[in-house]
Amino acid sequence: MNTTTTIEAGLVHQQFDDIGQQREAAKLGMWIFLATEVLFFGGLFLSYTVYRFVYGHAFVEASRKLDVVIGGTNTAVLLISSLLMAFAVRASKLDQRRMLTGLLLGTAFLGCVFMLLKGVEYHKDYVDHLVPRMGFKWEGADPGNAELFYWIYFAMTGLHAIHVTVGIGILLVLALLAWRNTFSNGNHNTIEIAGLYWHFVDIVWCFLFPLLYLVGHR
Amino acid sequence: MDQFRLFPPEASTSAQQIDWIYFALVALTVLICVIVFVPIIFFSIKYRRGSKADRSNPRVESVFIESGWTIVPLLIFIGLFSWGAVVYFHVENPPRDALQVQVIGKQWMWRLQHAEGKQEINELHVPVDRPVELTMTSQDVIHSFFVPAFRLHQDVVPGKYTHEWFRATRPGEYHIFCSQYCGTQHSAMIGRVVVMEPLDYERWLNTGRPMESIALAGERLFRERGCSGCHSVNSKFHAPLLEGTWGKPVPLESGEMVTVDERYVRDSILLPGKEISKGYQNIMPSFAGTLSEEEIMQLIAYIKSIGNQTSPSESAPNASR
Amino acid sequence: MKTAIEIDIQTEGEMPREHYLNVKTGVKAWLLTMDHKRIGILYLWTILVFFLIASVAAAMMRIELLTPQGDFVTNETYNKLFTIHGVLMVWFFLIPSIPTVLGNFAIPMMIGARDVAFPKLNLLSWYIFVAGGALTLWAIIHGGVDTGWTFYTPYSTTYANSHVITMAAGVFVAGFSSIITGMNFMATIHKMRAAGLTWFRLPLFIWSMYATSVILVLATPVLAITLAVMCVERIWGVGIFDPKLGGDPILFQHMFWFYSHPAVYIMILPGMGVVSELITCFSRKQIFGYGFVAAASMAIAVLGFLVWGHHMFVSSQSVYAGMVFSILSFLVAIPSAIKVFNWTATLHKGSIHFATPMLYALGFIGLFTIGGMTGLFLATLAVDVHVHDSYFVIAHFHYIMVGGMVMAFMGGLHYWWPKITGRLYPEMAGKLAALTTFLGFNLTFFPQFILGYLGMPRRYHAYPPEFQMFNVLSTAGASILGIGYLLPLIYFLWSLKFGRVAGPNPWRATGLEWQTPSPPPKHNFEDKTPIVTEKPYSYSAKEDADLNLASI
Repeated sequence: MNTTTTIEAGLVHQQFDDIGQQREAAKLGMWIFLATEVLFFGGLFLSYTVYRFVYGHAFVEASRKLDVVIGGTNTAVLLISSLLMAFAVRASKLDQRRMLTGLLLGTAFLGCVFMLLKGVEYHKDYVDHLVPRMGFKWEGADPGNAELFYWIYFAMTGLHAIHVTVGIGILLVLALLAWRNTFSNGNHNTIEIAGLYWHFVDIVWCFLFPLLYLVGHR
Repeated sequence: MDQFRLFPPEASTSAQQIDWIYFALVALTVLICVIVFVPIIFFSIKYRRGSKADRSNPRVESVFIESGWTIVPLLIFIGLFSWGAVVYFHVENPPRDALQVQVIGKQWMWRLQHAEGKQEINELHVPVDRPVELTMTSQDVIHSFFVPAFRLHQDVVPGKYTHEWFRATRPGEYHIFCSQYCGTQHSAMIGRVVVMEPLDYERWLNTGRPMESIALAGERLFRERGCSGCHSVNSKFHAPLLEGTWGKPVPLESGEMVTVDERYVRDSILLPGKEISKGYQNIMPSFAGTLSEEEIMQLIAYIKSIGNQTSPSESAPNASR
Repeated sequence: MKTAIEIDIQTEGEMPREHYLNVKTGVKAWLLTMDHKRIGILYLWTILVFFLIASVAAAMMRIELLTPQGDFVTNETYNKLFTIHGVLMVWFFLIPSIPTVLGNFAIPMMIGARDVAFPKLNLLSWYIFVAGGALTLWAIIHGGVDTGWTFYTPYSTTYANSHVITMAAGVFVAGFSSIITGMNFMATIHKMRAAGLTWFRLPLFIWSMYATSVILVLATPVLAITLAVMCVERIWGVGIFDPKLGGDPILFQHMFWFYSHPAVYIMILPGMGVVSELITCFSRKQIFGYGFVAAASMAIAVLGFLVWGHHMFVSSQSVYAGMVFSILSFLVAIPSAIKVFNWTATLHKGSIHFATPMLYALGFIGLFTIGGMTGLFLATLAVDVHVHDSYFVIAHFHYIMVGGMVMAFMGGLHYWWPKITGRLYPEMAGKLAALTTFLGFNLTFFPQFILGYLGMPRRYHAYPPEFQMFNVLSTAGASILGIGYLLPLIYFLWSLKFGRVAGPNPWRATGLEWQTPSPPPKHNFEDKTPIVTEKPYSYSAKEDADLNLASI
């Protein structure tokens, strides 16, 4: 064991030899978890793909009713939040406590903005009678297939929203811990791993947006 | 217990083909078991603890041996796959001249109807040495029409048509089982196939009160349900004519081409807006929930029966039917 | 060897040595433990409970099938019995069996680590598993579920009138326990190996557990989302799987088998790993073709993801899709065949000890060979058209799951029992149980191959009388099999108090787990973790030709 580990000794869990091993294991664990998540969303992406293929026309029609402006804004919001998250990871590595806390809060704030906009959009969908089983009305052809599109839309965005909510919770806890100076002296691994998760949530949205909103947009 | 058996009776042409593959696989299994078990027993005795056998210079790797027992099974497997696939292709593709029987599975019975109109429940009478094609669908959950004596097996899926066919080779009575779990009385969803000599079959078919054939029933429905109000040359509405379309490709509004088959006709009745013929409006109402599975099958049979007629629009007006 | 004997003497001395079992006792210490060894034992007790419930369900089914009429239980009860049997055996016994019990206990020790990478998550996975199991048991107690373990739509979504959602939720929850276990093992094997323990010095059990973990992590979430959609569909009538609303019930089967076929390999790969350990140790020989056996595990994990459609040859999927899935299913059989041939070749010039674990391992090879070969029948398109959903399929997968996995689990449990408890099981009773299990198993399931080819469909509560003779044979076999499973339960418990003290290495095995006392200390190794300098299984049959293992 070399000298740097004397500072870090308290941080190393008993099962690891040194902080490096612990960091790598944790990071690898997160990557494996994200692989799991990809497959978890995968089932819904598969359902989407199958019915997009079978009921292509109805899906295009149904997609036109979604609000591209809100969807687009939300995409921008999440992308910026990911940027802030990346800066947060950097700040944690540079031991900038105030900066780190601020960036984490900023990321969480943008997550909240996303959720707020999503809520506004869901409400608008409700008013427009686009929510299946809750007064769903469809003027065009094949209301059944349009309803299927909206089921998939709500399932996918809903599952994504759950992930965003969990992410916001994590960010807020981390911000509190950061303010209490938990992540100093090279203990930045947690921030990095939370960052991986947040970027993943962002990337999922980057797939959802074109598939759901832009399919019917001309 | 009637008798001791290791195989079900072989009562169709494909039964023989499938049994040959089965016997080949049994032989291969026995061979592999001999190849694995004999050395295990031999080594177990020869190299048992404390025996005086020579244990010097044991081999622990050999790319040559490993390649051998990778490549040889691979070749055998490719052979087996091809044999199985050829027979499967044969089993899955009905001949054109087959007798037509329509099958509807529901919890927990089979309803069968011959093209001539004769209906049966949980029983299927067929002549020997004639191919018979079953067109099947389900009214509720997934069932599976299984006749062990014919080595015949096909799931019966709600919302789509599946097919199976056989040519019976021996008169007699054979089991029909539902083999896809379908609920409480799954094991009671059984019946029998009665294979008859052709003359007996004709006699059977003509007993009882005379029935209207499936296609005729479809034609009657076509009029009664108002289909003919639009799908005819004299119609006020612009709807495609159906004569002569069966089995042919038609262009769609979306620019794709689709073949007029059971699926397309079924979807057009239940989901009219899904695939609209080129040059037409989406004005047809859906008949989902108002037509039973039998009635849809009858309409399909009718459209199939007029598939050989020329389209009236191409010939002189009023020339149809 | 010298140090081993020294520790031997130490264990039998006056001062009780501190080890993981006695370091902290009491219910609270066990429920809050983060020691992988204790978590393994928690899992052992938990899956034992599920195994017993599922076995009772199986016994009742076999009693029902003694006579052609459905006269012992009603058809509704029978349908619930096979659902209970399937759900509990698959998700609450077979999938967790070797990974969570033997894997949790042995993996860190075998790679020379103090614990798994994430001990807290490891404990969490047990709690999640218990929660999932509790939900499932709740569904069973409150009336059961009659969909079969496959939950096929639209029966499960629209027609089944039972606690489908609760049970599916139980399986959904338990799935996350699988995922966490898989993550944990992957991270552990990647990052926590002892100095010098390179990938190609890893014991084959580790390779197979790694392959298993890959499947656990990548397949289980698909099951989770499929069951979630199924439940949403049942509650709100979404229509994704409902033909009446424009959905496709076959899509459910695709998604279900995309998980459940790889899951079959979750249920057999760990068994293969255990058998590699047992065959080498008890024939005192280096495994034949180490690289090929290790690569075969990974090949199975990858190819296993590409063959799900062979469950659907008669489901109305396209003929051409059927052909692709058929050839891929033949290909996935090749790595399994390679393993069987390599195990057989390992015996050549060995010094073979017929200890109980070895009997189980040899039984595994025999039954797995038959199970694997009959799998080829099902991969052959034309033959599958006949035997699909018949008792032939039942017999085939029980040869793999019970003949393979359970035999391997029992073999592994006997092998590591002295390490887990510090005491040896009684050898004669062990041999008797192994033989009873083997004979009972064959008598139970071999007749079912014939029944299946005769055309008896699965999940039948009553059947035509001509099938009775083989059903009677099968039930007779099942009662023998039951005895074969009860015996170990009795003598394992007996051995906890009265078994001979084992010493650190009763089998004179080479693995790192045998270089520490039995039971191991809390952090597995007494002072420093070992350093590895050679390949695994460095046995010498020649030197060990006359070796007398402690228990024999």
